[in-house]
Amino acid sequence: MNFEFTEEQLMIRDAARDYVQREAIKDVLERDEKSEFPAKHVKALGELGFLGMMADPKYGGGGMDTVSYVLAMEEISKVDASLGVIMSVNNSLVVWGLQKYGNDFQKDKYLPALCDGRQIGAFLLSEPEAGSDASHQHTTAEDKGDYYLINGTKNWITNANSASVYLVVAQTHPEKKHKGINAFIVDKNSPGISLGPHENKMGMRSSDTHSVMFTDVKVPKENRIGDDGFGFTFAMRVLEGGRIGIASQALGIAGGAMERAIAYSKERKSFGTEISNHQAIAFKLADMAVKIENARNLCLKAAWLKDQHKPFGIFSAMAKQYAADIAMEVTTEAVQIHGGYGYVKEYHVERLMREAKLTQIYEGTSEVQKIIISRDLLHD
Amino acid sequence: MKILVCLGNVPDTTTKIKISDNKLDATGIQWIINPWDELALTRAMELKEDANNLVDGVSVVSVGLASAEPTIRKALAIGADEAFRIDCEPTDAFFTATQLSLVAKDFDIVLTGIESSDYNGISVGGMLAEIIGSASVSAVSSLNIDADKIIVSREIDGGKETVTTQLPVVLTVQKGIAKDPRIPAMRGIMMARQKPLKVIAATSTANLTEILKFEMPQAKGKCKMVDAENVAELVNLLRNEAKVI
Repeated sequence: MNFEFTEEQLMIRDAARDYVQREAIKDVLERDEKSEFPAKHVKALGELGFLGMMADPKYGGGGMDTVSYVLAMEEISKVDASLGVIMSVNNSLVVWGLQKYGNDFQKDKYLPALCDGRQIGAFLLSEPEAGSDASHQHTTAEDKGDYYLINGTKNWITNANSASVYLVVAQTHPEKKHKGINAFIVDKNSPGISLGPHENKMGMRSSDTHSVMFTDVKVPKENRIGDDGFGFTFAMRVLEGGRIGIASQALGIAGGAMERAIAYSKERKSFGTEISNHQAIAFKLADMAVKIENARNLCLKAAWLKDQHKPFGIFSAMAKQYAADIAMEVTTEAVQIHGGYGYVKEYHVERLMREAKLTQIYEGTSEVQKIIISRDLLHD
Repeated sequence: MKILVCLGNVPDTTTKIKISDNKLDATGIQWIINPWDELALTRAMELKEDANNLVDGVSVVSVGLASAEPTIRKALAIGADEAFRIDCEPTDAFFTATQLSLVAKDFDIVLTGIESSDYNGISVGGMLAEIIGSASVSAVSSLNIDADKIIVSREIDGGKETVTTQLPVVLTVQKGIAKDPRIPAMRGIMMARQKPLKVIAATSTANLTEILKFEMPQAKGKCKMVDAENVAELVNLLRNEAKVI
């Protein structure tokens, strides 16, 4: 066992912290209010290498490990969870998915621009009637010989408008059920793609979420990822890694709320003393710290297993379920510690509470994570 | 032209300082590049990246034990080409300047921050110039290179002074020399370990000063709130308790 971070891991954590504490913090409230995409921050994070952190340096990636990724996601999400999810989707779903399962042609063509932030990617799996039930894809990809023809609608797509590269999951052979599903790399500007309106979300309002409609969209054969019928396996494997990103994002949201609650409790006075001197408040802070430490350890264990090329899917499910659930608890208590001030926007904790809620829902709800964990326990 | 940036390894500026046994208790401290030195490094990098190829290389030097290496490697990650660590605990300004002179004599421009954020000595730069026999300009807030000349400006009472200077020169730089310190990019962090970090044996020299003791600043007094209507009470407190009027 070794709980020490390497010098590089710490330098990455500090670089992420420095960037968001210096830059993203300046307009995070305004972007939340206006639902404004953080284009300049995404560009800057790309230049610093945070959008393709774990990708091979030969494609312009950072060549860093998943542990570094957890540390960076945590720091970024402490300040701005919207920036966190944009980064998570690009790193763990799109870049990692392409690097792991794409062929050389696809990697050479798409990865460099996705790693340095010239382009960002989106992952299109959810549908109006296929969320947790991802195997029932209604979007179709008809095999037309030298191309596929995609028709259907995808929902809740993060980065839908700002992305240039879509990874789209669709059904080619309905009779084969989930074994007939394929995944494709689709240029967002392809004829036949249209976007629904910007979703007016409760939280993570600075990330752009839309539904995406496909009407007779032609996709060249060479853009299919893996063998015919590999799409569902592709999606599930990519989401295993994605869970580490979202778990770390939830961890960061909780950590950001705790830091603000500690600072506020040392300033605010009631009954003649700082409220941190009241045990009712101090114990809340202690509970937060224990939960956050547990969540961090789960995230790091899943990341470490992934870095060791060992099975990590159960641990990433545990990390995501636990970190998301405690993010909700911690942010709710952080609002409580702030009292009335916590309920107004300028103190940030109400925003963090709204952001925490989404971590229990997207990339597999907390209930879906429990299905994954319990099936593993009960499997003979 | 070759630039050397002298780096101090100092506690993070948000550190809660504790003193035990008449020295800094280093437990749990996060160490950073002295903020003024970091600005000097930023300006050095900007000059190196200038399209006119005015700067051949940027090196960094720090006086410190092996525990200072993460701070030094951060400078390499930011973009310095090579680093030197002079292997000893930095003590007073003369001792530190003497150690720095081992490396500094080989450079055209030597940059140091105007002061260090830990001991606030403000003396190393001037001493270093004297030891290596170079020119020296203090409190520099802008630095430009014009062919083989350097142009610097410094804040003076009520205005700004622009000077040129012969080389080699030691410049102690202050705020204004560069806008913001740089954040190392992933690629830089990855490359940092492959860049040379040469460890140089310290030279034997004396300290000219000795710290006798440290004292923590007095705790802030309690704040008394006086009702806005009660001016008489405010005057009474200022006159009889605070004794300032």
